[in-house]
Amino acid sequence: MARLLTLTLNGRKRVDAVADNLLLLDYLRDGQRLTGTKTGCDGGECGACTVLVDDRPRLSCLTLAASCEGRRVDTVESLADGGRLSAVQRGFHEKLGAQCGYCTPGLIMASEGLLRANPDPGEAEIRAALGSNICRCTGYVKIIEAVRHAARLKASGEAR
Amino acid sequence: MEALPEFELLRPITIAEAVAARRSHPAARLLGGGTDLVVNIRRGIEAPGQLIDLTAVAELGTIKANAEMLEIGAAARLAAIAADDGVLAHYPVLAEAAASIAGPTHREMGTLGGNLCLDTRCIYYNQSHWWRSANDHCLKTTGAICHVAPKSRGVCFATFSGDLAPALMVLGAEIDLVGPEGARRMPLEQLYIGHARHDGSSGDGKRYLALLPGEIVARVRAQAVPGLRSAYDKIRIRRSIEYPVAGVAVALRRAGGVLAELRVAFTGTNPRPVLLAGTETLCGGALDEPAFARLDALVRDQVMAMKTTFTPGHYRRRMAGVLARRLVMKLFAG
Repeated sequence: MARLLTLTLNGRKRVDAVADNLLLLDYLRDGQRLTGTKTGCDGGECGACTVLVDDRPRLSCLTLAASCEGRRVDTVESLADGGRLSAVQRGFHEKLGAQCGYCTPGLIMASEGLLRANPDPGEAEIRAALGSNICRCTGYVKIIEAVRHAARLKASGEAR
Repeated sequence: MEALPEFELLRPITIAEAVAARRSHPAARLLGGGTDLVVNIRRGIEAPGQLIDLTAVAELGTIKANAEMLEIGAAARLAAIAADDGVLAHYPVLAEAAASIAGPTHREMGTLGGNLCLDTRCIYYNQSHWWRSANDHCLKTTGAICHVAPKSRGVCFATFSGDLAPALMVLGAEIDLVGPEGARRMPLEQLYIGHARHDGSSGDGKRYLALLPGEIVARVRAQAVPGLRSAYDKIRIRRSIEYPVAGVAVALRRAGGVLAELRVAFTGTNPRPVLLAGTETLCGGALDEPAFARLDALVRDQVMAMKTTFTPGHYRRRMAGVLARRLVMKLFAG
């Protein structure tokens, strides 16, 4: 079974034929060649595949593409503006929030979702909001610093 | 990535369409957030021919919570329940239970209906296909014996681990079901039939819900009880993306120095959420050490944790009792 899916992907309206059993993750990576979103555990346990659907984080490895009909989907590729890093990307870059980098797109999108809902989160709120994302390198301290830094960059208007 | 097995996705937008879809496809599975079902499909535990996605049914997505009553639709998201002002103010046990499920992203996806009907779990069941075939399939799938209790003679001990059911049970919630034969309502605890009796007179970890063919959980409702204090707590190995070692919901009313009413419910221990029977025997007096000893005895009698998780059953049973004691003490002190 297949259907036509209409959605707004990274700010651009698209219509694509998708199979009923196509996961959002595979639609993004294989169909749209947006390979920033990573396949990790493939079972909802690691958060590497996190994207935003209508500004809220979702695990794209457990989401059917067809269920995103009419929704707004944002991946990590949507953040940079003409080569300029977004606030969260700059935060992770400048505060060394990434080591091997595999979990980073998911963590960046979960952080982006947090800052869209809560522009000035405290440490406890950051920890709670990133609870669905696992990083095996950093120990999370640098990631939390990165998100705090990103919030400051956004607040001061230095980055979006 | 290897594709999921083929299935047809149905996306009804009204309850009537959902019931009709269910009637035309009796073997279809209902899809909420997909945080459990899609994982099971991925692991080859099940391969339904159709999925009926209920998240587009607007009338199932509503949350009404105020000082008089609570009514939540099956497609309401866990994050929305946990953050709802009315739920937080008047039904704290439910907000706490919802906020304790998995991790924040899972809660954006998961739904009330999915959590209430959550498939029971077991270390011999929630595994990939090759793992299960290497270990002989168990009763809950296609095998002949329960690996947790090989002498169980056909009884499956997979554990129910949803967090919302015990929270709603201590609030005295009822559940609305819709199906081809019409709508019906019953106390939430009657939805769960996993008593796992050896004479086969009840359901078990494999047949754990009292739903009739084609029936759909539409919503839960509860009336507020003046003066009721409630809370939820659970133990898990890590604080997110994890199923409970044991979860406990408590609701009680205090009249002066006397315990006037007490309801305690558990998850993560039995093939059903357990609404503790006999708590009225603790009421009418002070909350003293003999009363706690009676509470412990009820827990020992009714909580039957088996070796279905990596934490041993006896530990989960003990922790269930510890959590219940703590919560009762905290709520009574106010």
